[in-house]
Amino acid sequence: MSIDKNTVTKIARLARIKVTEDEKEVLTKELSSILTMIAELDKVNTDGVEPLTSVVQMQLFEREDVVTDGAIQEKILINAPEQAAGFFVVPKVVE
Amino acid sequence: MTYILKGETGDWETVIGLEVHAQVLTKSKLFSGASADFGAAPNSQVSPIDAGMPGMLPVINKECVTKAVLTGLGLNAVINNVSVFERKNYFYPDLPQGYQISQYQHPIVGNGEIEIDLADGTVKVIGIERLHLEQDAGKSLHDQHPQKSYVDLNRSGNPLMEIVSKPDMRSPEEAGAYVTKLRAIVRYLGTCDGNMDEGSMRCDVNVSVRKFGAELGTRCEIKNVNSVRFVQQAIEYEARRQIEVIESGGKIVQETRLFDTKQGTTRSMRSKEDAHDYRYFPDPDLLPLTVANDFIDDIRKTMPELPDAKKHRFIKDFGMSVQDASVLVQEKDRAEYFEKAAEGRDAKLVANWLTTELLGALNKGEKTLRESPVKASQLGALVGLISDNTISGRIAKEVFAEMFVSGKDPGVIVEEKGLKQVTDTGAIEKIVAEVVAENPDKVAEYKGGKDKLFGFFVGSVLKKSGGKANPGIVNDLLKKKLEE
Repeated sequence: MSIDKNTVTKIARLARIKVTEDEKEVLTKELSSILTMIAELDKVNTDGVEPLTSVVQMQLFEREDVVTDGAIQEKILINAPEQAAGFFVVPKVVE
Repeated sequence: MTYILKGETGDWETVIGLEVHAQVLTKSKLFSGASADFGAAPNSQVSPIDAGMPGMLPVINKECVTKAVLTGLGLNAVINNVSVFERKNYFYPDLPQGYQISQYQHPIVGNGEIEIDLADGTVKVIGIERLHLEQDAGKSLHDQHPQKSYVDLNRSGNPLMEIVSKPDMRSPEEAGAYVTKLRAIVRYLGTCDGNMDEGSMRCDVNVSVRKFGAELGTRCEIKNVNSVRFVQQAIEYEARRQIEVIESGGKIVQETRLFDTKQGTTRSMRSKEDAHDYRYFPDPDLLPLTVANDFIDDIRKTMPELPDAKKHRFIKDFGMSVQDASVLVQEKDRAEYFEKAAEGRDAKLVANWLTTELLGALNKGEKTLRESPVKASQLGALVGLISDNTISGRIAKEVFAEMFVSGKDPGVIVEEKGLKQVTDTGAIEKIVAEVVAENPDKVAEYKGGKDKLFGFFVGSVLKKSGGKANPGIVNDLLKKKLEE
């Protein structure tokens, strides 16, 4: 299985990762070879096999509905490049 | 009634499906222990999980699972024993994780259906496609600064149930009735407070148009419409817009649109161009969610009577019309008030007094039923006084007005003001005789064949008695007297 440069460009944009034209060439080759390897697995017949979600038999852990966290406004905002009146401040996102 | 939009090329049908986001009524968030309350100081209800800090692990809130199952049962839907949380990937400043944990291929609730009640008394069944659990995003404020947006993550991670309908609605009225019914159901169940103005219930509206009998057209999705009225306005506008585009030779592009509440129009949201490429995949931090049949059965046992069941019971037990019953069950408080007031009384009469007089007066005073100065037992007592002929319907209105102001019991008011209906035939006979004696010319006309004058005599007698004479007795006595 192979992908083309346009697909790489699109994936990069969706992931907000900046890649140069040269990098795109390299990535196209690399991603194609990874996908080719993964495609090998498609050859295995998995009809009627449930997806494996965990290697140990366990259930999803559930918690009670109680407030145990939050109320740490200062800590939450500490890494923000810009803040005002308790808000994160970011470049304007226009709708 | 069929909703038809007339175009230049013929009649058009509107096809509507709704996605309703309902915030699960819980203390804490879906995957974190931060408070899920509305209206706190910005970023004061945010845990490191909600802020998308690396290395944090989401742990599901049991109450959200219970309430999603309960809601599913309320929608007469299939509950799936196994469901899967997936990551829905997109970039936006109020989504710090870079993905929303949602359910995609395997939702917790599958197909169901609810009844909607229309103004002409007809009932329509609307299919439910699914209900799934997901995280809410934070909130961005765009109007605080000319070049910046402000972000508050308090809402980030709040538990939402996304309830998706089948494209079964055909008019703005049906869509409005659907949202109203859905809101009533979650409120009866106590799984969501249904407050649309606080955003705990929000709608995305999918609209397309087609010629009657044709294939489905391309749809547009109108995001975040936040009242029943706006849902209807948005559909009206959007359907007209699509017809105009098609009839002028254009094509509808599948896109996300915004409803402008001030202008009543919709416009394209170009920022969401890539939005449909979400690259879902199962969240590796979360195992599949399993709900056992025993667990579902236990929840089923806690189900209260829902609006549709209540409606059918009212129609059957009280011989009520579909419209009256629908109005009564629309709000849980209203139905409870009615049942209390109707205990041992003429239920139909109670329904009339509740829906016209009381709700009318409350509306005027912008009060809710909970704030009503007239208690359910008092309204029941008032109806009791009418039923046993202590007062006439006309006097009852006077008594009601007084009750609404003072909150006094109707019996007390009737006693204090001496409003008791006169059923003493002797006293009424006397007034009848007076009226007849005072109007010899009218009596002559009546006897000469002018039957319509009978109403005049009844009115005069009632007036003279201060409205207190029993109208039935007045009728009988007058007839007798005039035939002498």
